[in-house]
Amino acid sequence: MLITLWSVFTISFFLMRVVPGGPFDRERALPEDIQRNIDARFNLDLPLHRQYGAQLWNTICLDFGPSFKLSDYTVNEVIAEGFPISASLGIIALSFAIILGVTAGVVSAIRPHSLSDVLLMSLATLGIAVPNFVLASLAIVVFVFVLPWFPAAGWGSLSNIFLPAICLGAPFAGYIARLTRTEMLEVLGHDYVRTAYAKGLKQRHVIVRHVLRGAMLPVVSYLGPAVAGIMTGSLVLERIFAIPGMGSHFIDAAIQRDYTLAMGMVMVYTVMLYTMNTMVDIAYALIDPRVTIE
Amino acid sequence: MASEQQDREHYTDVLSRAGQLKGVSLGQDAFRRLRKNWSAMAALSVLTGIASLTCLTPLIPLQSPIEQHLQNRPESNGQPAQKGRQFQPPNLSPVQLQLEDELANFERKIQQLRTAKSQGSAAEQDLLQQHLREVYLHNDPIRGLWHKPNGLNRALTCARVTLFGDWCIPSICGTDHLGRDLLARLFWGARISLMVGVVAALVSLVIGVSYGATAGYLGGRVDNLMMRVVDVLYSIPFIFVVIFLVTILSEDSIKKELEFLGLDQIMIFYIVIGAIYWLTMARVVRGQVISLKQELFVEAARTIGASQTRIIFIHLVPNVLSVVIVYLTLTIPAVMLFEAFLSFLGLGVSPPDVSWGLLANEGVKMITPIKIYWWLVLFPGLALATTLFALNFLGDGLRDALDPKMKNR
Repeated sequence: MLITLWSVFTISFFLMRVVPGGPFDRERALPEDIQRNIDARFNLDLPLHRQYGAQLWNTICLDFGPSFKLSDYTVNEVIAEGFPISASLGIIALSFAIILGVTAGVVSAIRPHSLSDVLLMSLATLGIAVPNFVLASLAIVVFVFVLPWFPAAGWGSLSNIFLPAICLGAPFAGYIARLTRTEMLEVLGHDYVRTAYAKGLKQRHVIVRHVLRGAMLPVVSYLGPAVAGIMTGSLVLERIFAIPGMGSHFIDAAIQRDYTLAMGMVMVYTVMLYTMNTMVDIAYALIDPRVTIE
Repeated sequence: MASEQQDREHYTDVLSRAGQLKGVSLGQDAFRRLRKNWSAMAALSVLTGIASLTCLTPLIPLQSPIEQHLQNRPESNGQPAQKGRQFQPPNLSPVQLQLEDELANFERKIQQLRTAKSQGSAAEQDLLQQHLREVYLHNDPIRGLWHKPNGLNRALTCARVTLFGDWCIPSICGTDHLGRDLLARLFWGARISLMVGVVAALVSLVIGVSYGATAGYLGGRVDNLMMRVVDVLYSIPFIFVVIFLVTILSEDSIKKELEFLGLDQIMIFYIVIGAIYWLTMARVVRGQVISLKQELFVEAARTIGASQTRIIFIHLVPNVLSVVIVYLTLTIPAVMLFEAFLSFLGLGVSPPDVSWGLLANEGVKMITPIKIYWWLVLFPGLALATTLFALNFLGDGLRDALDPKMKNR
């Protein structure tokens, strides 16, 4: 884990520095003295290996330093402000996606190739196939302008969360539905399911207790990276719905060469990803009695 | 004599019947199963339709994808009156292209210059050659209406003018904020969007398969190291990598160098996306190769002295192709979505080139509470969704068809 974090840090550091242009480049060049002072203030005049060392040390101390582009913000403050918003939006979207996706998957797996199966799976594929900025803007047109049910943008109240959460969750719901269906069909053919039916259990019982449990494994392992991605914020939806989350910083930092902020974002993402993957492993052991934690 | 004749007939009969019997290869079996799957076949035909329409775009009587109709222009010195056509909702009012006469004029001019050139002296010839080039570059009406047509596209456009004359399809999908016809832009955008999908997926295929197969076959420490690299690359959010690569590659000096190598920006863009998307492919292929390399046919190849490279690429890779094909049909939609996302950020294809993602993004930007130009969002979104929908269903069908558990069912 530490080695991976370190390699991610190193790769991102050098990737950022290889790109021409720095955070303080302007259309008009600054006077040379000022430029030099700024560079000295932010250690940008040091040779590359010393910059690397300094930033590595700061990162280990969990202090990412001041942002180069957002005035009056340190990177830690940006993360502390944006992450809870992105994370709560992500969790809501994800719970919506899981509930909808698993239900749709189970319903269509019980009667494969029936009308409801085809309809649900087409809907799921559609959720995957429509780019989420198109989905979001159509949702705004329909539910804000035509039917004034929701506010168009902003953050704070429950009605603000609803539309972005649905748009964010839609592709995930689609994936989960399809994964659940495939796995359910696979598991339904196993012997232990036949045994369960043979000893006279009700269908609902068999599906929920025996089949679903086995079918959840790939869904859980898909959820690991998905949670990390969804909780660090979606740039598109945050921009369209004007949500002050972390996703927009993600891209802006990279485009504007905000070295410290970009590094902070990468690190948050990587840590999230690893936490989630570990949790997936633990969840495996909880769901599948054949797996034990080493 | 008669019995010999009978025997002969009998044997030829048996032989011909034996000749009719054919073993069913895995591929044939898979294709048979695919044909029975109506949703996959529908998806396949939709995709074939889209692909062939895309190839023949210049031949279809579309309006110009880049010509702008901004102001109302009264009739003046020979030019017919023109009406501004911004934000026209989908309609059927006829549109003329005014290309036929201009093209004829242009051809005549070129012809005149050519004959003058062939008759003139050497000094004159040079001058005329230059003039000819000027005329080609600036007076060509096709160049005015289409962005950088290459030879084939130009020839197809000329064929279209002779076929349909000035008639073109009315703006059945509406027009955008600069009065450009959305339908034509959709068709031209399809070329780039589909190319992104195909080229990037192929790049990811080449990298992913060779990387994964090598790691899986070599095993041990090498495998460990190679997969660790993949893990690390996985944990860098790849949007970052794309942004940095795009900025590096659009730097002037590097751009010139690449242009020298004959790569234009769109091509580089495709390759960058493909170079990002190979990670999952590498994992999938590695897993397959690990389970395959214990098989007897690998052992046999090794005993007759085949080299490692040969075993990997001649013996192992063809055996994982079915998985790879399935995964490929799922990578193409992912890549196309990613292209749309990059266009949303303004990092993708840059105007005057168009792609579906760019069109959808332009539509999204035009949404205001005052007036809703729904067609600008709906049609690009629909085009993108239809294609991705079909690709997903085809991928599902292929997966079912290539599943060895389903053999001869």
